[in-house]
Amino acid sequence: MLRLASLALFFIAWFAGSLVAGEQMLPGPDTVLATILTEARSGDLFLHLGATLARVLVAFTLAMTLGAAIGLAMGRSPVIDRLGDPWLIVLLNLPALVIIVLAYIWGGLTETAAVLAVAINKLPTAVVTVREGARALDPALDEMARVFAMPRWKALRHVVLPQLAPYLAAAARSGLSLVWKIVLIVELLGRPNGVGFEIGVAFQLFDVTRILAYALAFVAVIMAIEMALVQPIERRASRWRPRTA
Amino acid sequence: MNDARPAGDPGLLEVRIERKAYGSALGQHVDVLRDLRFILPRGEVGVLVGPSGCGKTTMLRLIAGSEGGYEGTIVRPAAGKLAMVFQEPRLLPWRTVEENVRLIAPGVDDMTFTMLFDVLELTHHRAHYPGELSLGLARRVALARAFATDPDLLLLDEPFVSLDEALARRLQDELILLVERRAVTTLLVTHDVDEAARLGDRLFLLSPRPAHVVAELPIAMPRRSRSTDDITAIKADVARRIGNNVGSQAR
Repeated sequence: MLRLASLALFFIAWFAGSLVAGEQMLPGPDTVLATILTEARSGDLFLHLGATLARVLVAFTLAMTLGAAIGLAMGRSPVIDRLGDPWLIVLLNLPALVIIVLAYIWGGLTETAAVLAVAINKLPTAVVTVREGARALDPALDEMARVFAMPRWKALRHVVLPQLAPYLAAAARSGLSLVWKIVLIVELLGRPNGVGFEIGVAFQLFDVTRILAYALAFVAVIMAIEMALVQPIERRASRWRPRTA
Repeated sequence: MNDARPAGDPGLLEVRIERKAYGSALGQHVDVLRDLRFILPRGEVGVLVGPSGCGKTTMLRLIAGSEGGYEGTIVRPAAGKLAMVFQEPRLLPWRTVEENVRLIAPGVDDMTFTMLFDVLELTHHRAHYPGELSLGLARRVALARAFATDPDLLLLDEPFVSLDEALARRLQDELILLVERRAVTTLLVTHDVDEAARLGDRLFLLSPRPAHVVAELPIAMPRRSRSTDDITAIKADVARRIGNNVGSQAR
């Protein structure tokens, strides 16, 4: 209820802003919605949303899997941590733009280069978050698993991963939003489709309505993923926690 | 460095630790165990009795192989299926009671499982999560988990500490029932002489740090037939052997 009220306030502010600034600079919600509907009817909207979503999902999966594995290794082994740390700091501080431009120069204007550039951008933050989690693993449960000679994969699944779950969820949350923002830049710079490409075109025409239409449509998609996928998974993963009355 | 290694005679535990030390914060080495030797025959319940902080837990960890870095040898049962009940229950909070047991003992058959849950009064708690259990119940789950693996050697690290006396007594009785069902070679560590006198076939009395065995005390009388008087007599015997050092810490 409170959320809905807050969302309504956002739209009212937007509407008022558009009255003050004029339709040219900030078109109202009704104009933007109309554009979204036209684009949807022509099919363009779904083509571009689909292309962007596919890139987001591939890059996200890649970065999370790799990031979780590296983060876990670094959190558990001081040697790997010391070896990997300088690389991590370099990656963390390398601007997204540099990684993207280099990926396109070295890999050509290809889909692989685009997705890899995004994944490399997300990778270090995923590593850092999961590493924190791996450092906080309970040594008592570890010892228990070892004494009872629990097989490695079983221990990973039932002892380690549940402890990492909050950290993985945090990495996934921030990851999803970061990845889609970077995907847009990648598309703007070197892809012939996707939301980023469309926004690039709209920018050249100074078409603010179009920019907002595509951006908001994609925000809606990400929100749907968050509510339909991320939140239920989180609830399931924490069902063992005693509920506070 | 010597690692615990399995040997020929199944069910026999032989411990010869010359020295185990920890580095202290000041960079000095503090001896925790020195010249600690004992042999636990197959199928017996050995109890290591010693004052709190004398290094009992360290010794169990060496036997369990979860810690190394000592001088000496530890010979464990051949097949070497090991089970341990830690001081804290150490259950997986995100798995139910039943899953906690079955994950560690995937081979447990339904009959044994039912029997264990029956004896330990856990039947109604199968689907609960450990966070919903009292300490006494969580301890029972830890016992069920250890017995479900059908171990060759069972290590118990003060498994009844910080329970009230009546509850501790009940859990001790349940433990006796389970241990005698299949003569599991068991090593129990406790600072509670009363507990030792009730449960042990053989008591090893430990000195304060650095710990070594000061006396070995086999008890011929079967556990089930020990009366209160017998137990008082055993306790007196223990107290005499180590001069009221340990006896004064009994409950």
